[in-house]
Formats: sequence, C-alpha cells, structure tokens
Amino acid sequence: MKHMRITTAHQSITFSRRMMLLSGAQAAIGGLLIGRMGWLAIAQNEKYQLLSESNRVQLIPVPPRRGWIIDRNGKPIAINKASFRVDLIPQQLVNGPQIIARLQQLMNLPPDEVERITRELSQSRGFQPVSVADNVPYEQYAAITVRMPELPGVAASQGFTRFYPAGSAVGQLVGYVGPASAAEYEKENKNPLLLIPGVKIGKEGLEKSLEPVLRGEPGGQRVEVTARGKLVKELDPKPDRSGGTVQLTIDADLHEYAARRIGDQSAAVVVMDVTNGDILAMPSMPSFNPNDFSDGISQNEWKMLSQNDHLPLVDKALESLYPSGSTIKPSMALALLNAGVDRAQKVNCTGAFQLGNHTFHCDKRHGPLDMDGAVVHSCDVYFYTMCLRVGAEKLSPMVRSMGFGEKFDLPFETQRYGTIPDPDWMMRKYHRKWQGYDTVNMSIGQGMVLINPLQLAVMASRLATGKRVIPRLLKSRPVTPQTQLAVDQDHLDFIRKAMWGVVDHGTAAAAKLPLNGIQMAGKTGTAQTHNLSASERGDYTSATWKLRDHSLFMAFVPFDNPRYACATIVEHGGFGAAVAAPLVRDTVTFLYDKPKAIAALQAFEQSIGGTLAEREARKEAAWRQANGLPPLPPKQA
Amino acid sequence: MITSAIIPRPLAKLPWRLIFLVTGIAMFGLVVLYSAAGGSMHPWAIKQAMVFFAFLGLAIAMSWMSESTIKAIAFPLYGITLIMLLGVEALGFVSKGAQRWLDLGPIKLQPSEFMKPAIVLTLARFYELVPAAEIRKWRAIWPALLLLGIPALLILVQPDLGTCIVVMLCGVTVMFLAGLPWWFFAAPAAAFAVAAPIAYGFMHGYQKKRIDTFINPDSDPLGAGYHIAQSKIAIGSGGVWGKGFLHGSQSHLDYLPEGHTDFVFATMAEEWGLVGGVLLILAFAAVIRWGMQVSQNARTRFAQLAAAGLSATVFFYVAINLMMVMGLAPVVGVPLPLVSYGGSAVMTVMLCLGLLMALERQQRTVSRVI
Repeated sequence: MKHMRITTAHQSITFSRRMMLLSGAQAAIGGLLIGRMGWLAIAQNEKYQLLSESNRVQLIPVPPRRGWIIDRNGKPIAINKASFRVDLIPQQLVNGPQIIARLQQLMNLPPDEVERITRELSQSRGFQPVSVADNVPYEQYAAITVRMPELPGVAASQGFTRFYPAGSAVGQLVGYVGPASAAEYEKENKNPLLLIPGVKIGKEGLEKSLEPVLRGEPGGQRVEVTARGKLVKELDPKPDRSGGTVQLTIDADLHEYAARRIGDQSAAVVVMDVTNGDILAMPSMPSFNPNDFSDGISQNEWKMLSQNDHLPLVDKALESLYPSGSTIKPSMALALLNAGVDRAQKVNCTGAFQLGNHTFHCDKRHGPLDMDGAVVHSCDVYFYTMCLRVGAEKLSPMVRSMGFGEKFDLPFETQRYGTIPDPDWMMRKYHRKWQGYDTVNMSIGQGMVLINPLQLAVMASRLATGKRVIPRLLKSRPVTPQTQLAVDQDHLDFIRKAMWGVVDHGTAAAAKLPLNGIQMAGKTGTAQTHNLSASERGDYTSATWKLRDHSLFMAFVPFDNPRYACATIVEHGGFGAAVAAPLVRDTVTFLYDKPKAIAALQAFEQSIGGTLAEREARKEAAWRQANGLPPLPPKQA
Repeated sequence: MITSAIIPRPLAKLPWRLIFLVTGIAMFGLVVLYSAAGGSMHPWAIKQAMVFFAFLGLAIAMSWMSESTIKAIAFPLYGITLIMLLGVEALGFVSKGAQRWLDLGPIKLQPSEFMKPAIVLTLARFYELVPAAEIRKWRAIWPALLLLGIPALLILVQPDLGTCIVVMLCGVTVMFLAGLPWWFFAAPAAAFAVAAPIAYGFMHGYQKKRIDTFINPDSDPLGAGYHIAQSKIAIGSGGVWGKGFLHGSQSHLDYLPEGHTDFVFATMAEEWGLVGGVLLILAFAAVIRWGMQVSQNARTRFAQLAAAGLSATVFFYVAINLMMVMGLAPVVGVPLPLVSYGGSAVMTVMLCLGLLMALERQQRTVSRVI
C-alpha cells in the first residue's frame, strides 16, 4: 500500500466505517445473548427445570414399614414391634451441648454415644434428624416426653423394631436385620433411605434374600428448603408403601417344636410335605437370637456366638455338609435292584470285609442277610459286596436322582450342595482312577459322599413318592410338577417295606410313633468323623464331643400312604438310632398329635434343664462369668 | 421529543424516548429487586429507587452542559479521578487490605466508577487534539496508552478485574474509532493469547478460581462453579414465560447467589422467562443505539468519539454481565446497569447518559441554528 497523507475527510470515512463495524459487533453480541438465552430457556428448559425442582424440593424420607414374614397358616414369623426412639432435629436445637448433657443424664448415655451424637450433629444438614437412641425403654421415653418444653430440638417418637416371636428358633431361617454398612450404602448408589436413623435392612438369611420384597417404598415429607437447609414450607407428602408380606411354606409351630426338641444338640431338622415339596420346618440349632441383632448386637454377644463350637452362626440345614452314612442304603438298594441284583440273594456278614490288604468293618456280625435284612439291620458288608459287584457307574446316578448332590433353588444366598462321587468326578477332581475301596466307601455313604440335611429330607420324600419332589419355601412360588423317577414301582414298594422294617423291628425300633394306625418308615445313619475303636464308639463319655460320629435319620409317614418326610442330622450325636431317630419321632408326632408331642417335649426339656430361653440365658451368664464380664441387667419385657 | 403547547419548552426538549427507556428499565429492575427481597420494598428496591431518581435528575441536569464545558472538564476530571485512585491505593497500603472506595462520611466514593466516563472523555479530547495526519504515528498512540494503562493498572491491583476490563474496553473502543492502525489492535490480541497464561499466574486466588471454573464449570459445582451453575438453572428453568412474579424458587430459596446484584438478570429471567429477558436486552439495545446515533450525528470529532465511547461503556456493562450470568464469560463481578442493586453502577451509567444527553442537545441546538 502506498503511503498516503491522512486528511480529515479520510478520518471521517474511517470513523463511519469503524462505527458500522462496532455497531455490527454490538448487534452480533446482542444476538448471541438472545440466542444463548433461548438455548437455555427453550432447548435446555426441561433439564434446568428438573435441576431447579431438585434444588427446591427436598424429601425427608419416611422409612416404609418392613413387610412381614408369615408361616403357611398366616402365623407371624417376623413382624414389627412398636418401639420408642429419640432423635435430635438440628434446626430446632437451641443450646446443643447443654441439651445433649441433659439427655445423657436422662437416658444414661455412654460417653462414646455422646461423642457420636456430637459428631453427627456437626455434620448434619438442618432438617435431617440425628439419632440419639433406638429402642428406648418406655420409662426413658416418658421421661423425655414430659420434659419436651425444656428440650427444644429433641424429638421422641414411636418407630418400629423387627420382632421374631420365636426368637432363636427361627434365627437361621430368617437371618436378621441391621443398619446398612458403608459398603451396602455404596452398593445401593447411596440410597438416602439407608442413612435414616432406625432404618434396618436384611443382613442374613431370608431377611437378606427377600429384601427387595420386604423393604417397600419409602415415602416422605416433601419440603421446600433454602440453600442453607432452612425449612420454608411443607408440601404434600409422598405416601410410603409398606413392604410386601412374604408367606413361607413353613409351619411356625412345627418349626419351633423341632427347634426346641433339638435340645442342646447341634443339629438341623427338615420336615417336608412330600405331595408338593413344601418345607414345613427347617430349624438349625443352636442359633443366634435375631431379636438381639435387631436391637444392635454387642461385641460380647457376637464373640460368644462365634466362639461356640456348636456353630450358632451356621445354618446347618443348608450350609453344612456331612457324610450321609447308612441313610444312603435305601437308594443304594434301589440302584442294586435296578442293576439286576436278586433281592433274595444272601450275603454272609462276618463283621468284616477284606478288599486287597484292607479290612472294612460292619458294626456287628449279622450272619447271612438278604437285601431286606441288610436295610433293616443296616449291614455294611452286604452293601460292600453287592455294590462292588454292580460297580459305581450304576450306583451314583440313582443316588443323585434321589436328591443327594442336587442344587435346589431356595431363597438363601449361601447353600452348599455336597458331592456324590463317581469315576469321572474322581478323575476330574483328584486326577486318579476310581478304586474298589471308593465303591466300598460310597456304598455306606462314607468317603467322598457329602450331603446336607435338606437333601436327606428330599431323598426321604422321593423314596416315599417315587417322584421328583422339589423343595419349596416361598408360598408365592408355584409348586414344581413332580415327574416320575426312573424306578420300578415293585422296587420302590420293596424298599419302603424295608424302611418300615427299620422302624418296626430294625435299627430304629426305638423311634416307633406313639400313634395308633400311623406307622413310620425310615433309615438311620451314623457318619464317621474320626476313626474310633468299636468300644470307644459305643461309649459316649470316653470320646470328646468333637470326635463323635454324626447321627442321622430320615423318615416318611404314614408308611403306606406317605404325606410327610422328615430328616435330621445331629452333629456328633453318636448312633443314628440313639439321638436322631427319637428327634424325628417326636417331631412327626407333633404333626398328628400335638398334646402328646408337647408332653414329650416338656419332659425332654425338663431333663436337660429348662426351656430354650432359660437355657440360653444361663449359657450367656456362664459365658460372661467365664470371660470376666459383669452379669447383664434383666432384659426389658 | 414531545411537541405540545401545554408542555413548557425546556421540558419538551428533553430526549423523552431515552428517559422513558431508562426509567422503564430501572422500574423493571425495581420490580425484580422487590421480588428478590421476597416481595418487599426493603431493603433494596426502595433504596435503589431513591438512588435512581436522584441520578436521573442529575443526568437531566447534566444535559444542559455545553460541549465546550465537557471538553474543558475532560482532563481535570481524569486527573482528579487518577489522584483518587492513587489515594485509594495508598489507603489500602496503609490499612493492609484491599480497598476500592474512599470513605467520605455519608457516601462511599468508588473512584474507579468515575474512571469509565473520564477515560472516554479524556481519550476523545486527546484524539481531537491530534491532527488527522498524525493519527497513524507513534505520537498518537503512546500518550493514549499511558492515559489508559495507568488507571487500568491501578484498578486491577485493587483488585477489581471487572471494572478494569470495562475501563480497558471503553478506552480501546475510543482508540479504535479514532482511527488507529489495525495492527495496534491485532498485535495486542495476539499478545493476549500469549500473555494470558502468564497473567493468570499473577492473579489472586479467587480470580484464578473464577477463570478455572469458567473454563470447566463442573470442576467445582459446589464451590466457585456454583454461581454459574445456579444462574444457568435459574435462567433455564424460567422457560419462555417464566415462573411468574414472586415465584422464582432459585432466588427466593437462596440457591442463586448474588441474586440482587451481579446475578439479578438470572433472578429476573427465572420469573419473567425468555420474554422478560429479550425485552430487557432489546431495551438496552435501544438505549445503546440511541447513544450510537448521537455519535453518528455529532458534528465535532470530540462529540463523535465521546458519544460512541460513552455508549460503549453502557454496552460493555450489559454485555459482560449477561455473558457472565449465562455462562459465556468468567464471573468477573460486573453488575447489570440500572437493574442490579448498588449505587455505583447507576451513577456511572447515569453520568454517561447525562453526558450523552448533553451532546445530543448540542446537536439539536446547533442544527437549529443552522
């Protein structure tokens, strides 16, 4: 560009041009602003309206009432009991430290609780209550209520606590509830409901697995609050929806009866309705008391439970595995018949059986026995001989079809299914060939055979019906149609007859039902846990409890037209006939003649030192004394 | 202009269109302040009304000033304001704290506010004095740079980034219109791109944070990004027609910070919606357009430059504030003139408009003479 002299005229042109540019830029920015505002107010309107509403409206959640768990007849198993609680409303609190000190005095709050309250108070938003105490005794609740005017910001209210009328008898069945842990809070995407003081969620057992049904929908008081958490006004509340009621197939009375009848043993009992697979009772004892957990369990209570060698924290019906012992024999006999063994053919039992350089024993010298005799008298040598003749390949499938090793779809998170071995399994698992002694061990339910008590009850049901009975615990689930098992009716009749013989004149003759016209068929089992000598085994006092054999029994009634199946495994109970069979006898009696069964139970409980609650209290006191703890104050009614 | 036999001549000669516009904006502002106070004249609307009418009166009075008077006071006004800025700085140094105002008994004087019209008048006067032939010479640039740079720096260290930016933009606008060469504007723009990160390093913590959150508003949604986020929620949730007078939840429940000062537009938009916002923007556009026309119709170079610069002052106030509340610019603390609560902004804008009215009256008088 050539150099030129700038004149006033030039300057005026430049000015006009630049004014146009400036005006244009201003107009453009004005347009941009209007466009931007349009974008925010029209295109993004929905998003921002939502954000504005979530600013404006806060929900003070009202926890839903937890659904009940009821038994098959509608009797409550888990319900909610009115309880009293005390909270602090930070917004209304005037002199925090002074009020807390007054509460500490009125309610006997321990120092670490006071510290917790002070801490939570400093972290809380204005309208969210801070829990002072849960499950407050009525006297303290009343003491707070009458002093309300001098305690601004303190709210005493009625809430609900989970209550299990049967106490520890249903502990392993229902599990327990408790306040959500930090991990559970994170897992539910920081559900604010879980932070409300007093809200409990299922932690174990049915309470946990049925949580989605039982919890319900929280409602809430919708309030308008300022950015600083000050309440402006209350809006229409959002109603809460109580949790759904869950009906179990359990018969609560029967369940509690069986639990009490277990006494001081460590055992599980399962009672089933063979016609539809309904589980009528499934106690595992000893158990924790779920009521203690819903009050919040102390360190000491927990310690006591976890140190107990009778494993009160394990559901023995589903989580513990045991060798089946001789209870496997009826199914083995079916397998033998299926493989073409002649039931009349006799085997001479000399009390011992030689295989290679190892001798297998029988619990006594039975002499020559046919199949019926071998089942009735539980002769091991007969089954060693015959099973070896037929071979494991033909045995395992039959035993499995009877329910051992089978997985059942039940609402429990932890279940163990056990094993019924076979040559393929042995190769896969232990990389070795199946040997003759494996067949010998399996034939009497030892070795690799592991089952749980539920499977034992299922086996009894299937032997009773010849059908594939599937257990059911939730009434809402449809009954699984029962298909016919691949068993000859003639074989089945024979086995049932043999099992009737077991109770009538065999190993379980002591477990005959005290009922007219109703006869039980069953099979005892004694599962070895340690190698004890024959004399030691017979003497309950010599072997320590831990080394004793497990005692098993399975049965069905009435033998000629089966309706119920019952099975039990008593840990270290000794001979199946001695402990397990009478337990089943009394439980089954309860199904037909309650007064008679209850009389038997009362006599039994008297012999072992009182009712379940009395014995539990005594045990706790003894434990506390042994651990140098002060005795507990008497419990509030 | 109203021509009627009933209205006396001096009144009829007032630029009524502008006065109506400005009064309309201010009245709307009072309505918004009334709502922002939760439906009360106290504490803001009543005070704001008094301040507004006082300065409106002052502006109208100023409209009788002659152009030569304005020219004559340009340099002295600038000098006094500069001395006051230095005084504020010295005071701040003595009291070891940030200081923006001089406490003069009943009123607190914020000299940086006076600097906005002062810098416009000074530069307009300066470029009037520069002969046309000299305009592209270095001689025409460095004095202006000094005149602008010294007060801008003084305001920046107060620290008042918002006012500093407005003062700078006003000065640069006058220089641009004066016909300075293009490179003068292109080069600093390029330099800014380079220097911005360095300047960032020298900023105060809260200034840095505001820029951080402008670049990434979600980085700190509950801290510094909160202002912009809540402002956008208020504007966006208002929709086309708004939530209705006294029904803005964002402002009434205190979610919107500074809802009566810097973010008053968001308070307004929440209750009056896009319609209210567009109307307000158009009203401001009309005011600025009026000022720009005064510049275009001006006969003298001083009047041209001064009128354009003063209109630009109003423009930058409005534009920066709106960009800020809509999330298009960092939060720099520039109020929305006539609407935001606070006397300083009203004073500055009314001073600018008073000067513009004076220049406009001059045009009419002169044209009538011709």
